[in-house]
Amino acid sequence: MKRVFVDEQWCLGCHLCEYNCAYANSGADSMVKALKDRQIFPRVRVEDTGKITFALSCRHCSDPICVKGCISGALSKGTDGAVRIDRDKCVGCFTCILLCPYGAVMAGEGGAAIKCELCLENACGAPACVAGCPNRALVYEERG
Amino acid sequence: MGIDFIYPEFEVKRDRERCIACRVCERQCANCVHSYDEESGLMLSDESQCVDCHRCVSLCPTRALKIVKSDCALRENANWTTDAINEIYKQASSGGVLLSSMGNPKPMPVYWDRILINASQVTNPSIDPLREPMETRVFLGKKPDRIKREGDELCCELTPQLELSMPVMFSAMSYGSISYNAHKSLAIAASKLGILYNTGEGGLHEDFYAYGANTIVQVASGRFGVHEKYLEAGAAVEIKMGQGAKPGIGGHLPGTKIGSDISRTRMIPEGSDAISPAPHHDIYSIEDLRQLVYSIKETTGYRKPVIVKVAAVHNIAAIASGIARSGADIIAIDGFRGGTGAAPTRIRDNVGIPIELALASVDTRLREEGIRNNVSLVVGGSIHSSADVIKAIALGADACYIATAALLALGCHLCRTCQTGNCNWGIATQRPELVKRLNPDIGSERLINLMTAWNHEIKELMGGMGINSIEALRGNRLMLRGVGLNGKELEILGISHAGE
Repeated sequence: MKRVFVDEQWCLGCHLCEYNCAYANSGADSMVKALKDRQIFPRVRVEDTGKITFALSCRHCSDPICVKGCISGALSKGTDGAVRIDRDKCVGCFTCILLCPYGAVMAGEGGAAIKCELCLENACGAPACVAGCPNRALVYEERG
Repeated sequence: MGIDFIYPEFEVKRDRERCIACRVCERQCANCVHSYDEESGLMLSDESQCVDCHRCVSLCPTRALKIVKSDCALRENANWTTDAINEIYKQASSGGVLLSSMGNPKPMPVYWDRILINASQVTNPSIDPLREPMETRVFLGKKPDRIKREGDELCCELTPQLELSMPVMFSAMSYGSISYNAHKSLAIAASKLGILYNTGEGGLHEDFYAYGANTIVQVASGRFGVHEKYLEAGAAVEIKMGQGAKPGIGGHLPGTKIGSDISRTRMIPEGSDAISPAPHHDIYSIEDLRQLVYSIKETTGYRKPVIVKVAAVHNIAAIASGIARSGADIIAIDGFRGGTGAAPTRIRDNVGIPIELALASVDTRLREEGIRNNVSLVVGGSIHSSADVIKAIALGADACYIATAALLALGCHLCRTCQTGNCNWGIATQRPELVKRLNPDIGSERLINLMTAWNHEIKELMGGMGINSIEALRGNRLMLRGVGLNGKELEILGISHAGE
């Protein structure tokens, strides 16, 4: 399946991916309306040590431990390989956050967990973080 | 600290309605113009540091930013312009020579824009390049005086030639003045396009030997990074006698830019200033130049054409005539509007002559003397478009050198502060966190796009004239007409006025 990969060699640490992610998942028709004066809850996070930066989001593991550990059945792996979360079922126990070895599941607004769903569930249809990356540090591709 | 007489040139206009305080501008500005105030949750700016490079403008996701020229103005004076006054202030406070980057920005005449191109109508057919073959390939190098055949066999010996898929090459920019990623972008693009790029005077990074077939290696007065393997690595060797932006002087790459990679490539100690002398200390005459040309030919086994690059100056026709007799295969002439990574402002803005006039007079002189075949002519110094390329070829050039246009394709916004080393676009900098901003995959793609577009346009323009090969356009000044030029200018350009 196609996944989002990061090449930290080209990551500028500009954090645009986070804002593009938050906007894409807001449902709003303008970034200003969606994000101005709000705390953002992006599903991709830029890890920043000062010298090395890279954007990290869900790896969509072939055997996702977060799905196994989910106590409410909110997390599932689809036939397309993407790991999704049903926020209505999520009870906010955050077992998934504790389990994820990559730190790619996070707490969203209002208590439910959120994670990257490759923008397959929103209006973008393909990852907004990749489309908006100014230096092609993020790519969306199939790798063996 | 005394009084700073100079008011900041630019203002940062931030639309508070649109700004989402994402801080991208702050993270992307190497000049530290933007900052975030935690207390108020607002972005602030210190416009005194702004160079108008548009990095923040281009990356702002909500288009909340624009940079405008400050309207805080000195009392209007047609004689003492604000620039002239500010330069006095700068020198009065620093005591130093003024430094500038990129080409001469003064409103001097651009002759390209006063020259118009012909097209076929009624009596001769134009050609549609989408339906008929159109040749933009050129060969650079000395051409034989006459052709001899034995039977069907051509039996004259050809000196080495450079083959280009189109009559444009990337001009010299050294590794040091521009970044590793900028060089890599140029190298990849040149090899995919079937043209050449030029190392400039800073040697060739070991990673780029792989692109040797599309590389011109330069030998300048500082001889940085010049050794046998280097000369062998390129498709041609260029002796740099002068540069359009700074004729008559050498270069100076400050020690702060000489990191380990550049130190190794240039073969000079880390952190030492790289100063290339004004003249080549072994060249004081055409005879001396001839010795260097032949030293290089001996070293490279007469397999590589030798280019001699000079700045366009007053006696350029006589100088070119000398070079054409020195054994050089190609003469490159750089006009006074050519770019630079750093040059004294007074020299950049006041020394040299326009490339259009230099080219026309050189081509005419070499023809008159019957030695035009001895050399190919390459011209540079602000070639803005494919139309300029066509005009240059019709004036007598074999090919053009572009550098500023190539840097623009890579993201340069002509803020003209290369000398600071803080290029926000990752081009004219050696700071690793800035260099990585230029991904060579993207850079080379953009260069290839630009050249592909120009090549299409060149074919369109040639087709309109009813010409199907660059060879048939070269020196074909009948295809050009001047507008708004005086008799002397038309005489030097060797073209008629529009309507004639």
